[in-house]
Amino acid sequence: MMELLQYLENLLGSAWLPIWTLVKILVIVVPIMLTVAYLTLAERKVIGYMQVRIGPNRVGYFGLLQPLADGLKLLLKEIIIPSGSNKFLFVSAPILALTPALAAWAVVPFSDGMVLANLNAGLLYILAMTSLGVYGIIIAGWASNSKYAFLGSLRSAAQIVSYEIPMGFALVCVLMVSQSMNLGDIVLGQKSDVGLFGWYFIPLFPMFVVYFISGVAETNRSPFDMAEGESEIVAGFHVEYSGMAFALFFLAEYANMILIAILTAIMFLGGWLPPFDIAPFNLLPGIFWLLAKTSFILFLFLWFRATFPRYRYDQLMRLGWKVFIPLTLVWVVVIGAWMQTPYWLW
Amino acid sequence: MKIIVKFLKTFLLLELVKGMALTGRHFFARKITVQFPEEKTPQGFRFRGLHALRRYDNGEERCIGCKLCEAVCPALAINIETEERADGTRRTTRYDIDLVKCIFCGLCEESCPVDAIVETRILEYHGEKRSDLYYTKSMLLAVGEKHEKQISKDRASDSRYR
Repeated sequence: MMELLQYLENLLGSAWLPIWTLVKILVIVVPIMLTVAYLTLAERKVIGYMQVRIGPNRVGYFGLLQPLADGLKLLLKEIIIPSGSNKFLFVSAPILALTPALAAWAVVPFSDGMVLANLNAGLLYILAMTSLGVYGIIIAGWASNSKYAFLGSLRSAAQIVSYEIPMGFALVCVLMVSQSMNLGDIVLGQKSDVGLFGWYFIPLFPMFVVYFISGVAETNRSPFDMAEGESEIVAGFHVEYSGMAFALFFLAEYANMILIAILTAIMFLGGWLPPFDIAPFNLLPGIFWLLAKTSFILFLFLWFRATFPRYRYDQLMRLGWKVFIPLTLVWVVVIGAWMQTPYWLW
Repeated sequence: MKIIVKFLKTFLLLELVKGMALTGRHFFARKITVQFPEEKTPQGFRFRGLHALRRYDNGEERCIGCKLCEAVCPALAINIETEERADGTRRTTRYDIDLVKCIFCGLCEESCPVDAIVETRILEYHGEKRSDLYYTKSMLLAVGEKHEKQISKDRASDSRYR
């Protein structure tokens, strides 16, 4: 295997690096897209089961072909571009929404050393990329030239921007504790003899909760989904979109969900580390543990949606600004003080 | 004290955890969905589905053209015309039910003195045009002939309560 790679490297010369990187990108993006597709099915199944029904089971065994059928349907539908819209921005908005959600995966470490770009400022890169996603929403609302889409985009944009602040502060606590902005180092910082008790969700438990709840709000998921609010209003910023352009927004939403889930796993739940560093647990490859933790958090997303009623808009803003931001600020100070005492064990 | 308890309850997300426990329990509960074409819910013998006109065992139509059903029908879905036959009995020449108008209340069946018009257990039928759902006398008689066994059995079950 190594010899084959070496041979190809010599054969291609300077073209080797771009091609090899492209292969790595494909290896990350294709599974993400498949996961997004099957997350939609998992969502319908899980919510169905929690509502004591079965969920889709007609397309393929156990409904396994349902995401493909949905995707095909959306691909074949017409993309209607409103005559009053700004066509260039209208078409580029969904792309702008999806790209950052995928670009952020560049710095995600799947296992020790298994990372596309081992950035030292990985955490900053993540924050920058997740913040960029809001442009897709603002531009989508504005370019539609429809008052409903515009109001919807304002609502979602305000929500996303508000919840980025507590998210950022929660991550500040993580980097204070780990003394690093490299995601791989953050995971390695959680490695200890006591297994899962060394993970950051124990000293940073309030931050873990705040980060995850803010992540739910950030991705416009239930119970913070007034951006879509399918049972009350038509939709938010994407009312004027149809066909594949509409599907891209959903791909972006689900890709963001997976990203938030994997980031929560990396920052607070020890990434690829096994819960106990003893025989049956550490025999499994690290990526298995990372994906298991990510799946659990994704299941929580769906569980939330099946359980909680939607927040009112003012309640959402109150939670973000009056609860989470003060709480995170206090906890930054608490962690800072705690780390100076001999009682800091992490 | 009350304030502290409320504060703790809010910040420990107690109610949220309770709610999630409830949905979590239902996740494992038995599912109540009936997979329709393969599974069917049980039907009672008084089920009010597609109409049928019945005949006596000797092949004579039961309907005597009294028009009680036409009179009682709240949706005015029934149209009847009668004539006098050579043997002096009154019989229908036309007996139409417009299933688009029909509300399946069962009053025609109740009012019939000779149990001629009945509603069967059939619920899976369709029309591709509106006129497909305009059932004429011959169509209703055909339904009755086809399902007479089930119809008479259901009437017998029901007779115990009358």
